[in-house]
Amino acid sequence: MGWLEKNNRLLSSMIVLIVCVILWEIACHILQVRPFILPAPSAILIEMIEDPNYFIKHAGYTLMTTLAGFALAVVLGVLMAVGIVHSVFLDRTLYTLLVALNSVPKVALAPLFVIWMGTGSEPKIAIALMIAIFSIVIDTVLGLRSVDKDMIDMARSARATTMQVLFKIRFPCALASMFAGMKVGISFALIGAIVGEFVAGETGLGHVILLSQGMFDTARAFVAIVILGIMGTILFYTVEAVERILLPWHTSQRVNTQ
Amino acid sequence: MTQPRSYVHVRNLDKVYRSKQADIEALKSIHLDIQEHEFISVLGPSGCGKSTLLKCLAGLEPITSGEVILNGAPVKSPPDNMGIVFQRDILLDWRNILNNVLFITEIRGAKRTDYEDKARTLLKRFGLEGFEHKHPWELSGGMRQRVSICRALLDNPELLLLDEPFGALDAMTRDDLNLELARLWQETKKTVLFITHSIAEAVFLSTKVVVMSSNPGKIDEILDIELPHPRALNVRETPEFGEYVQHLRGHFTTLGVLQEG
Ligand SMILES: Nc1ncnc2c1ncn2[C@@H]1O[C@H](COP(=O)(O)OP(=O)(O)O)[C@@H](O)[C@H]1O
Ligand SMILES: [Mg+2]
Repeated sequence: MGWLEKNNRLLSSMIVLIVCVILWEIACHILQVRPFILPAPSAILIEMIEDPNYFIKHAGYTLMTTLAGFALAVVLGVLMAVGIVHSVFLDRTLYTLLVALNSVPKVALAPLFVIWMGTGSEPKIAIALMIAIFSIVIDTVLGLRSVDKDMIDMARSARATTMQVLFKIRFPCALASMFAGMKVGISFALIGAIVGEFVAGETGLGHVILLSQGMFDTARAFVAIVILGIMGTILFYTVEAVERILLPWHTSQRVNTQ
Repeated sequence: MTQPRSYVHVRNLDKVYRSKQADIEALKSIHLDIQEHEFISVLGPSGCGKSTLLKCLAGLEPITSGEVILNGAPVKSPPDNMGIVFQRDILLDWRNILNNVLFITEIRGAKRTDYEDKARTLLKRFGLEGFEHKHPWELSGGMRQRVSICRALLDNPELLLLDEPFGALDAMTRDDLNLELARLWQETKKTVLFITHSIAEAVFLSTKVVVMSSNPGKIDEILDIELPHPRALNVRETPEFGEYVQHLRGHFTTLGVLQEG
């Protein structure tokens, strides 16, 4: 029953999407909307097919910076979380600071990264990292902390070391929460990469959008946006698929309770 | 001291949990002696310090004052010859049943091969043959608690501590597990400290019942249960059994905490 419901959900959302695209196409023709205001879906498709290599190159670049930023955010974020959980000092300083900074619009810092790191891919990776890391640190800390006290006592009753408790109990327990943070993080990393490309550089889908805007080539901008949408969706579901494989106990429970 | 030295020897134990808001006197002047091969139940209202007492015996909570001596040596950290079963089964969802049972010996650094056969035999004894490679979330509550008993027993501890292990189970499963625990104790004569909410369960299983009351947590009475062993479930219908239950229930009625069960 769960399978059918889930696929029904996918199917119905696909149908809604297709209907919207058709309405959009019809509206563009009937209302004679000028293409640089809103191109018809068919025009966007043609634009994409005309020069696929151009888009593949830029999409590849954006994907790489996103993944690099995300990977660094996961590694650094988890290390920071482990430090925060095990050190009162880091908890009081670093964690308090992170939680406070989380509400600051970090996008505003993007231009500074260009000053510091130039116009290559480094500032883009750094911005992606910066935006993605918050949710990862905060959710990992939450996960590592919310371990059942009895479970730790059970390990301690065999005189488990701090490292054994960390790797055999805390991390596996925290995985569900870590994945929640990573699912937010991967979307944020993509936003960070695009913002970085907006601010400086010659490559990436963000740059394509900016360039198209300058030339009123709205169809091209839309192609970039569509690719971004698809990319973001695939990235999100990839993280979820990894979660499904690593945490069968968690995901199976979730299906049952839904 | 002239009395014979007991296996577990608790004198003047005080335990205070200190926090910013208030200090909680969880245990006050606890005296308790447990002889080898005894089955002791601890009975008391929730929050009276039963779990705290168990954790102090297990070396999991530092004591505030007094002494806790196990087999002649003061308890400072969790001893090797002890197994614990907690209220919730706390199995590790990411390990299969066999690896859950092997967890304690793995932490203690033992070779897996030395214990794997034993783990399988234990699981079989508790009716879990064929479930070795299943995962905890695929098992019922009763089966899960059986697995955690196997985990506690794997290293063949002399002392078995159980903290309300059957509290979350339905009555039938509870009866089953009570019987299995009674049989296990009959066969192995391990020293057992069993915490429970249920008066009937305590009388059925124990050689002695320790009654506690709260604020601060202290021992009110230690009652010998002189029913012959081994006991079948229908011992619960005998008048002697009824008298013990009656007596113990009186405790809680006068305390204003009526316990069912
Ligand atoms: N780690 C702890 N920190 C502070 N207070 C605690 C802690 N553990 C237990 N207590 C308090 O000590 C008292 C006894 O608790 P506990 O031993 O768990 O009782 P029981 O197992 O009989 O229900 C309770 O008032 C409880 O709130
Ligand atoms: Mg308790």
